[in-house]
Amino acid sequence: MKRFLKLLNLADSKKTIILQQMKKTLFDKVWDSHVVQQIKDGPDVLFIDRHMVHEVTSPVAFLGLDNRNIRVLYPERTFATADHNTPTINQHLPVADPLSAKQLDALEKNAKAHGISYWGLGHEKNGIVHVVGPEYGITLPGATIVCGDSHTSTHGAFGAIAFGIGTSEVEMVLSTQCILQPKPKKMRITIKGSLEKGVGPKDVALFIISQLSTSGATGYFVEYAGEVFNEMSMEGRMTVCNLSIEMGARGGMIAPDEKTFEYITGREFTPKGQNWDKAMEYWSDLKTDADAVFDQELVFDGNSIEPMITYGTNPGMGIGISKGIPKAESIDGGTATYKKSLSYMGYEEGDRMIGKEIDFVFLGSCTNGRIEDFRAFTEIVKGRKKASNVTAWLVPGSHKVEKAIEEEGLLDILKESGFELREPGCSACLAMNDDKVPTGKYAISTSNRNFEGRQGPGSRTLLASPIMAAAAAVTGKVTDPRTLIN
Amino acid sequence: MAYDKFKVLTSTAVPLPIENVDTDQIIPARFLKATERVGLGDNLFRDWRYNNDDSPKEDFVLNNAKFSGKILLGGKNFGSGSSREHAAWAIYDYGFRCVISSFFADIFRNNCLNIGVLPVQVSAEYSVKMFEAVNADPKTSITIDLENQKVTLDNTGESENFDINPYKKENMLNGFDDIDYLLNLKEEIKEFSKNTPL
Repeated sequence: MKRFLKLLNLADSKKTIILQQMKKTLFDKVWDSHVVQQIKDGPDVLFIDRHMVHEVTSPVAFLGLDNRNIRVLYPERTFATADHNTPTINQHLPVADPLSAKQLDALEKNAKAHGISYWGLGHEKNGIVHVVGPEYGITLPGATIVCGDSHTSTHGAFGAIAFGIGTSEVEMVLSTQCILQPKPKKMRITIKGSLEKGVGPKDVALFIISQLSTSGATGYFVEYAGEVFNEMSMEGRMTVCNLSIEMGARGGMIAPDEKTFEYITGREFTPKGQNWDKAMEYWSDLKTDADAVFDQELVFDGNSIEPMITYGTNPGMGIGISKGIPKAESIDGGTATYKKSLSYMGYEEGDRMIGKEIDFVFLGSCTNGRIEDFRAFTEIVKGRKKASNVTAWLVPGSHKVEKAIEEEGLLDILKESGFELREPGCSACLAMNDDKVPTGKYAISTSNRNFEGRQGPGSRTLLASPIMAAAAAVTGKVTDPRTLIN
Repeated sequence: MAYDKFKVLTSTAVPLPIENVDTDQIIPARFLKATERVGLGDNLFRDWRYNNDDSPKEDFVLNNAKFSGKILLGGKNFGSGSSREHAAWAIYDYGFRCVISSFFADIFRNNCLNIGVLPVQVSAEYSVKMFEAVNADPKTSITIDLENQKVTLDNTGESENFDINPYKKENMLNGFDDIDYLLNLKEEIKEFSKNTPL
């Protein structure tokens, strides 16, 4: 390439620019290899390798297929699981809510009619769509993955381009395995250094969102890079990528490494034999070229990140646990919206979060419902008792996670401390089922959104890490988890 | 699903000057249980619009008889959060055909474009001007001209151009649907799929 450029009669600066343009980011490599057609002045036709489907955003899409009298093009690339609407107790009984039951039935019926694998309520592989995808090797490096759910960004942890779509787009992918999308801009967020004790992936994500706001990455696809992500477990990377949407990004991704390949090896849907070799050929180049250009680059110091907690009604309203709630005048614009938010939460500017009362604790969701999250929670509550004023909902992300909790002996420890385990599902993250936090009550939650009423009408949510949730569960109030680490 | 063509819309507007309006406010999750796209407008902004006993909240703009129209004038970062297309459906079902904001969340914007609700992004200054005009006179007429990508406050003639992807614009003008486009590419897609590594 360099020799070719020498032949051109260009100034050195021009040559540099051309060379840089030929360098590709991880995102470019995956995106470009999936473009079926580029529409002039329009979006790209992007081929989708894996499509995950759940009961809430798919029924109208299947109706659309029925109306056009067409079938799912590639059922073998489509995977259905029930999660948003499902109860988290007594899953062996019929679903009591008739509307939820109807939606779950519709998914089962549609999956069967189109020959899609379906992991419904009670199925051993059932769980939250973004937890089971990676568990069974559906999620792969370099893949394009979509689902009618904004937290599809989770799968980016494997170096996949994964993003949430609306129901019209679900219909597009079911019927043609493609989606029309303009290529987003590219942002790289590098976190250097290391994390202090008591600081984990959730804190990293809440920290980034607090710096960028909920719209700071809108229009971008993010690549996370740097020592902190290199050191992070696959579960941790999933937590960070999961929360990409909360800063407005369509998705986030991390280049696959040895950890990634070790994680996917031998899983049910991971390619085997020749197919693995063919995939490895593609995967071996899945990293951003040196000197590739991003539309925006941000660099942070990992050592400066504290355990984080939110105090307001969007995930960007987060602070380090030792800090006070910012004053309205220090917030860019939107003072009225800011004050409305604090008033909803029942907090004042300048308040400190430590010591705030807590009524509910929720451990679970596609953000923090994996085995590592339950290990972290258990580590803090071990040898302590659940506070009497706290109602705790511990909801594994899948049956596989539930089984691991039992097998690793975590369940015994949790029980000893006064906690119970519920059955898998999205649960109180969006409170579509009966797991609703009552009006005015405070929940410390490991989930992803603290919007007004998200966990039930009038509920108030504080987003935090599993260990911050554990610290609140045993003390009954917001507590710096570092004070409880043994 | 095919939708109504969008060419020129002249209407009054309903002002909602709140930032970061998320899709959980537009349509709370408990109303996502439908298996068909019907009746979502009744629950648009449910928890801002009604008390727990289902009585209307007097101070919410949708309950203020002074304001009506086919245009929803929203604050910055409108539609953040979940990918639920139900949010766009609820806005459409209520009777809105256009949402104006100084900034939209990505997925919400796409969802609107896919069902025939036009998201019009204006500058922060023009947004302020629009809120002022509508609040001063709820009968303020606004014209959205998609062909010319122009939004105008009809009283004063103050206007601003807005961006839209040319492909999406063509779809909106003609009521075309992405799926029809993709179905015509089926052979190319099948050919492409044979050579994918995954």
